[in-house]
Amino acid sequence: MQRVRIHYFKGEALQYIGNLDLHKVWERTFRRARVPLAYSQGFHPQPRMHQACPLPLGFTSQVELLDFWCDSEESLAELQSKLEKSVQPGIEIQTLTNVPLKSPPLQTIVESAVYYVTLPEDCDLEPIQEKVNQLTRLEICMRDRRGKQYDLRPLIKELTFSAAQPATIYMRLMAMPGATGRPEEVLEELGISPFVVDVVRTELTLLPVPEEVENNV
Amino acid sequence: MLNRIEIKKKLKAILPTVVKPGRYFGGEFNHVVKNWDEIGLRMALVFPDIYDIGVPNLGISILYETINKRPDTLCERAYVPWLDMEEAMRENSLPLYTLESCAPLAEFDVIGFTLPYETLYTNVLNAIDLAGLPLRSADRNDSHPIIIAGGHAAFNPEPMSAFIDAFVIGEGEEAIHDVLDCIKSAKTENLSRLQTLERLQAIPGIYVPAFYDVTYNENGSVQSVEPTSPRFPKKIVKRVVGILPDPPTHFIVPSIDVVHNRIAVEIMRGCTRGCRFCHAGMVNRPVRERSVEQIVNAIEESMKNTGYEEIALLSLSSSDYTQIEELVSTISEKFAGRNLVISLPSLRIETFAVGLMEKLKGVRQGGFTLAPEAATDRMRNLINKPIQAEQLLETARQIYSRGWNSIKLYFMIGHPFETMEDVQAIADLCKQVIKEGRKIIGNKASLHTGVSTFVPKSHTPFQWTALDSIPNVLDKQNLLKDQLRTPGMKMTWSNPRETILEATLSRGDRRLSNVIEDAWRHGAKFDAWMDQFNYNLWIDALEGAGLPPEIYTSREREISEVLPWDHISTGISRKYLEREYKKALAGETTEDCRDQCLACGIVPTLTDQLKEKDGVNWVCLEAA
Repeated sequence: MQRVRIHYFKGEALQYIGNLDLHKVWERTFRRARVPLAYSQGFHPQPRMHQACPLPLGFTSQVELLDFWCDSEESLAELQSKLEKSVQPGIEIQTLTNVPLKSPPLQTIVESAVYYVTLPEDCDLEPIQEKVNQLTRLEICMRDRRGKQYDLRPLIKELTFSAAQPATIYMRLMAMPGATGRPEEVLEELGISPFVVDVVRTELTLLPVPEEVENNV
Repeated sequence: MLNRIEIKKKLKAILPTVVKPGRYFGGEFNHVVKNWDEIGLRMALVFPDIYDIGVPNLGISILYETINKRPDTLCERAYVPWLDMEEAMRENSLPLYTLESCAPLAEFDVIGFTLPYETLYTNVLNAIDLAGLPLRSADRNDSHPIIIAGGHAAFNPEPMSAFIDAFVIGEGEEAIHDVLDCIKSAKTENLSRLQTLERLQAIPGIYVPAFYDVTYNENGSVQSVEPTSPRFPKKIVKRVVGILPDPPTHFIVPSIDVVHNRIAVEIMRGCTRGCRFCHAGMVNRPVRERSVEQIVNAIEESMKNTGYEEIALLSLSSSDYTQIEELVSTISEKFAGRNLVISLPSLRIETFAVGLMEKLKGVRQGGFTLAPEAATDRMRNLINKPIQAEQLLETARQIYSRGWNSIKLYFMIGHPFETMEDVQAIADLCKQVIKEGRKIIGNKASLHTGVSTFVPKSHTPFQWTALDSIPNVLDKQNLLKDQLRTPGMKMTWSNPRETILEATLSRGDRRLSNVIEDAWRHGAKFDAWMDQFNYNLWIDALEGAGLPPEIYTSREREISEVLPWDHISTGISRKYLEREYKKALAGETTEDCRDQCLACGIVPTLTDQLKEKDGVNWVCLEAA
């Protein structure tokens, strides 16, 4: 049994595919590639896979992570070549690495995520610059999402704006369970419709893995 | 009209605002994108319901793969948008487009609709309209695509005759090539639309309704259907393939969840049982089987190509597949331990079926489905599906004792001459079944009863019979609802108003084209969706056309009457249907025609087509 972490790009072809569906997309990719996934025990055995952090619909990403457990002892290079032949358009596999079997679930060790927003050419930049400045100066920024009040401000770790064409916004948002900043919420706070911009996730910061696990490969 | 690039651009702004945008973006595994500018002949296949329902359709899967194997043709897919997307499309003047190239339907040479059932008709109109094309065949000109349609409902093409240029009657695997070749040469020769349609009508199995005139009697029935010129055949005989070709193995793998996420392999086509209500059993004759090897290879190949975890072995009567034991044991040995779900529906009610299913269950799941259809001997003899109650009970005992907790039974009410006693017998039988289950596994035992309402269908021995009335059907449903919804028992039933619509559309004549258009103009669409169906729109439309629904539904037809589909031949003779109808009225059953040929007419009518492939005389399968 080995546990493998895939780093991949999620491109435009899959930008409207949500997290649950993406899980199925991967499951079928493994089947096509004949990579034998390990299954959970119980009445409804499920293939063992973890995804790091759901990507909101409509965005692309250069830092998607997926852990899988597999019964084969094939090398990472062999696995990668098999998977690349079977992967769905829209997924670009970057690297495969081994992870200690006992390492904590992937979704529990994500700390923050970086999003790059490219604004359309005809955008009025001055008010955006002003709003970015305002938002960074705020201490509290209460928002309403699906009927629930929450404070967006502490979820924003960094927020900068560049007017050089094409104009971009850089944001680093918290991405911990129960404390996840959503890029479209920040955009709406800045008065920008998330439907007219391109958003790419470019970085995921993981919490350090405890040493006893690290030594236990 | 917007071009492909403009459509893509607009989608970017629209898709984030609609539910399940993955429906409208394509990009699935196994989709085929050919070079638009390099390929001269372009066909769009349209399933007239949403993506989730259309993707698993086997007919579309077969045609998509078959057509895209032609180097000279490009074939893409479109589905009907759900209400939110339709609204967004209309607001943004976005035409209906194909998923592969984002190309507007109007840019294709041929548009092909599949018509598996009648309640999709208004969606077809909606699709043609969303494509920016004139609804009616007569209003389209040389610049418009040719619109064709096929599928089970097309065996009575008349109600949709105003909108479809040409129907393909019967099986499409070979006919589609004839149609495409014809349209290709018409394009090279720069033929007019009329000339193209004339050439299409010359292809066996093709029906161009514009070349046929219908007259009516004073009582509203059809008087005659005649070709407008002696060049056109009086009867259109359906197409069949003599030998089933290899099944599709490159199924579209959608990236979102759809109604069936599976590999479907048709193990056999046609049925010899002769149940008198069954449209599929009549129109799909003769029986043709695929070999075990062909089926197993197709499964292996499809698994490699799709990664699906579920396989369905389809046919109208799986127990009648002559090599069923060998097939099931080969499959269970070959694919054991791979966490697959393999389903084998349409099994006969006998303990043998339980043994088959037991071999296939890997990850045990769901229930076990059986279709007794009726519960008294009188009704079973009438519909020609004789099953002993004890046989059903013994099968149920086996199912519950071999690890299934739930059984689903399908019954039909509204058969001709049905009484309340016959309906009560359904309730009694169900109660007996659950009682057996409880004896074996206690309160874990559950029973789901599906009660549909009989619709007399064209081309069956019951095509002359009347539809049961709404008050009768409601009484019968209430009787069952009172008794079959207790702890451990569940019942589902069909809306009698939807049944009326289905009966009207499936046995109607071409005057219904006006009714369908009128209903659609007043908002009818997604009629197969319980929450979208609006009965009053249809009643108003029928009234507006001066056609009381009774002339199509509750009226028993005379044997001598010209039926609106009499010029369409399934290969089965009218004489055979009449004989079966009379036997039904006399309460007589008819044996399986594998035991004794009943001269249904299939062989003499289709002999040329059946011979074509292997050059020898066709012989129907006999009992093993």
